[in-house]
Amino acid sequence: MSRLTIALAQINTRLGVPEANLEKHLALIEEARRAGADLLVFPELSLTGYVLQDLAPEVAHRPTHDDPLFAPLLQASKGLDVMVGFVEEGPRHRFYIATAYLSAGAVVHVHRKVYLPTYGLFDEGRFFAWGDEVRAFDTRFGRVGMLICEDFWHASPPYLLWLDGADILLFASASPGRGLSDAPQLESARWVERINRAYASLFTVFVAHANRVGFEDGLHFWGGSTVFDPNGELLAQAPYEDEALILQELDLRELHRVRARLPLLRDERTALVQRELARILAQPNRLR
Amino acid sequence: MEIDLTINTDLARRILTGFIRSEIERIGLQRAVVGLSGGVDSALSCFLAAEALGAENVLAVRMPYRTSSPESLEHAQMVIDATGVQALTVEITDLVEPYFRRFPEMDKRRRGNMMARARMMVLYDQSAAFGGLVVGTSNKTEILLGYSTLYGDSAYAINPIGDLYKTQVWQLAEAMGVPAPIVHKAPTADLWAGQTDEQELGFTYRQADRLLYLLVDRRYTPQECVEAGFDEALVRAVVQRMRRNHFKRLMPPIAKLSNRTIGYDFLYLRDWGT
Repeated sequence: MSRLTIALAQINTRLGVPEANLEKHLALIEEARRAGADLLVFPELSLTGYVLQDLAPEVAHRPTHDDPLFAPLLQASKGLDVMVGFVEEGPRHRFYIATAYLSAGAVVHVHRKVYLPTYGLFDEGRFFAWGDEVRAFDTRFGRVGMLICEDFWHASPPYLLWLDGADILLFASASPGRGLSDAPQLESARWVERINRAYASLFTVFVAHANRVGFEDGLHFWGGSTVFDPNGELLAQAPYEDEALILQELDLRELHRVRARLPLLRDERTALVQRELARILAQPNRLR
Repeated sequence: MEIDLTINTDLARRILTGFIRSEIERIGLQRAVVGLSGGVDSALSCFLAAEALGAENVLAVRMPYRTSSPESLEHAQMVIDATGVQALTVEITDLVEPYFRRFPEMDKRRRGNMMARARMMVLYDQSAAFGGLVVGTSNKTEILLGYSTLYGDSAYAINPIGDLYKTQVWQLAEAMGVPAPIVHKAPTADLWAGQTDEQELGFTYRQADRLLYLLVDRRYTPQECVEAGFDEALVRAVVQRMRRNHFKRLMPPIAKLSNRTIGYDFLYLRDWGT
């Protein structure tokens, strides 16, 4: 498949009411399908809302065919591929911030957030367990990787996905806006756009970012979801602040063209990285 | 150290009106009530609420005391005229005078606090009658300095301007069209004749804002603020005010006995389930 029409669902959510959010998901999946999308990406915790605190265990689900949230979503994934955000309850009742990639009625991959921000306004480490894997996976469009918000504030998870074969990075956020100055966008919004563009450029991959909108108490989610191509060029951006469904066709042959011009992947010195990383990590107090 | 408190007023306006709309509509209401003092803070909250909800959905309440300056009432009227919001004037004189007569020794601080709390009572009652939430009018500077009456002007359902320093309130107010005499006059709580905030505080808002920005937003130590050029006495006064008045910024502590105690390990947002 050389073309992929990707859609981003930039939505507001109801806090701690998965059934209401499910209805919105199903409506948007249908809308995206009719508009010709092949893949629809929802933001972080799109089925639950973000600042869950003590609600986290109450809204947790398992991505299985008999789960009341996932049964209809899996059914809907027969029309197009869907990536959703939810709280996953693990087999031993650990609770994760997770995304699930659903396709043709099956769960293709689940990513559990590996970086839980627990500083400043964030308190995720208090309520959630840390994911422990960063894995790319195969889809009908090629190899893909998913990350959730703070995961891509760190450089290593996108780098690992790149080495694991991902040519399309799917990022989901519920990013609270912060840092008002005289600039036309918040500091946090500008930061996220900069690093998304940087990953697309450095790794010569497609980077699609679905961010939330709306408010939870005083926190404001700014939207502005983006799609960057392997040249680091912005292909599409949803509006700031407002709910939106945007579609963008990706010409996957652009990967061939960019990498013929700029063989960063070909020349990546993975053995050197491994050797030096092993040496650095063997040093005591390396982060002091 | 370059201190620039300039804000993008279009962005602030978009976020703050969205906040008011969201936090009122998600609990099933459409309306707001604002106490209008004639000052710039309440004028700005009123302008934001009117833009967020529509002027017809905002009730501005003027609550003068018999010694309140006539200018305050006139300035509040300018806001009502400029925004087109609904308006009501409720004198608090009859509410507080019987109490003042019984305790004639009350000093102006006690009387001022009493008046602020009488206004809170009126505002909350009118919010029930109007079917709207009380929108707060406290800015970041006064919250940090604790320059407010606990359960008086510090009582409200939501506060759109509490993360804007006073100098930023002036900026946004000007951008939104708050009448110039309100933006440019000396800030006053109008609790007694001739009172001004800056006289009572002993420093100007422009000084305080720049200092608070270093202390709070940039995490400078007091000593580093002195090294950055701030007067040592000013730094000491501001730091002390901030610490001493911290109680006004918190819910009162509950003594923990059980495994799950409100405030410590019973944690939900206000927007829970909406």
